[in-house]
Amino acid sequence: MNGYVHASERDNLVTCVKAMRAGERVLVDGREIEVKDDIPKFHKLAIAEIPKGGAVYKYGEVMGVASRDIHVGEWAHIHNIDSTRGRGDKAGKEQGT
Amino acid sequence: MITLKGYRRENGSWGIRNHLLVIPTSVCASETASRIAALVPGAVAIPHQHGCCQVGADYRQTVRTLVGFGRNPNVGAVLVVGLGCEGIQPAVVAGQIRESGKRVETVIIQECGGTLKAIAKGAELCAELAREIGAQQREDFDVSELVLGLECGGSDPTSGIAANPSVGKASNLLIDAGGTSILSETTELIGAEHLVAARCVTKELADRLVFMVKRIEDKSISYGVDLRGTQPTPGNIEGGLTTIEEKSLGCVYKAGDKPVVGVLEYAESVDPANKGLYFMDTPGEDIDSITGMVAGGAQIVVFTTGRGTPTGCPIAPVVKVTGNPDTYAKMTDNIDINAGKVITGEANLDQLGREIFDCLLKVANGDLTKAESLGHKEFGIYRIGDTF
Repeated sequence: MNGYVHASERDNLVTCVKAMRAGERVLVDGREIEVKDDIPKFHKLAIAEIPKGGAVYKYGEVMGVASRDIHVGEWAHIHNIDSTRGRGDKAGKEQGT
Repeated sequence: MITLKGYRRENGSWGIRNHLLVIPTSVCASETASRIAALVPGAVAIPHQHGCCQVGADYRQTVRTLVGFGRNPNVGAVLVVGLGCEGIQPAVVAGQIRESGKRVETVIIQECGGTLKAIAKGAELCAELAREIGAQQREDFDVSELVLGLECGGSDPTSGIAANPSVGKASNLLIDAGGTSILSETTELIGAEHLVAARCVTKELADRLVFMVKRIEDKSISYGVDLRGTQPTPGNIEGGLTTIEEKSLGCVYKAGDKPVVGVLEYAESVDPANKGLYFMDTPGEDIDSITGMVAGGAQIVVFTTGRGTPTGCPIAPVVKVTGNPDTYAKMTDNIDINAGKVITGEANLDQLGREIFDCLLKVANGDLTKAESLGHKEFGIYRIGDTF
């Protein structure tokens, strides 16, 4: 594999199969992308602009929404992607003691 | 046609192991059951924390799990150990297992007059059962009698890229040969349920599957917290999985691309007359999930992991596959197959699928998995209700 896995054409991020360093330039599907953050091995690199609230795609399916604007070359993980499912925190107060 | 060698059971099913199982019907009988099993080589106990002061569907689910373990074709004979006064009555469990035709004996601690007398009686019965099943030989049977449990745990992004798609290929090979696979872990269908529902052979099955996913998602929401941190777990997140949707989308690759012919409640038996791919409602927690599938009739389990895990099962071999080449190198004690070869470019998914399938056949014929060779026998019952 070429250092990344782009599972579906629709995906706006790729999975890095090696660690990437900020400032590094990588070719993704023939397009040069400047990596903006250090990205741990097997974590995700944004390859398209994703506005806050926009859908994040992996395997061609929605895997969450951007919790802030995500720019090309950024590390995409829990700091900028929210889940849309199992969100009891948005439903009400925590139960129990 | 692929022929394997296994143990013929009275009800027409086939075991790939020949265990003598000691089942405590409650937490109160668990320590005694473990001590009985420890006295007889080859006997295995399944101590647990449940079996008393349970009601309704939760009670029935625990009974179904204990009975399902006893009825599993990998079990040659059973000793049921009860305290006597517990909610799950030993005679109920023993009676339902006995319907499968295998020999079932019972020891009641209160009737024996205490721990030591129950151990003495139980060990005597177990030794006799061990001699009886020890005389049984493996015979030829067709691979179509095999039921494979599909599990993933300690996932990381390599699970969805390498390990799960490889296992999906192996599952396809088994189903093409007439066999059965069970996809599990309802929590890990959240965000991917539409993909699996679309493969159900009837609308009724699809509706049932979607209902099960909604049921567990609604339950998690009722706790008033974000599911993230539990699902995905801290280890999943550190490995690079960001949301439950991402985890689920990678998870469902384990099920290959065959149609779904059945949707089961936890520990509900697969229908031997309706072979193919099933879905079973189990939690994402691995031990409870594997226990449910084995109670449902799985004789063998394939377990994909990114982070690495030691999990085994008391009565079924668990074949461990990782898609992470670093984990394969690091967790050599526990991992059987390196699907990380897909990541490093040494093999493709079809080759890995074949390697996994061939390994499953060897294990079915008697080869030990790493979990078996280390004596791993984790057992956990999925509770859906309170204890009163």
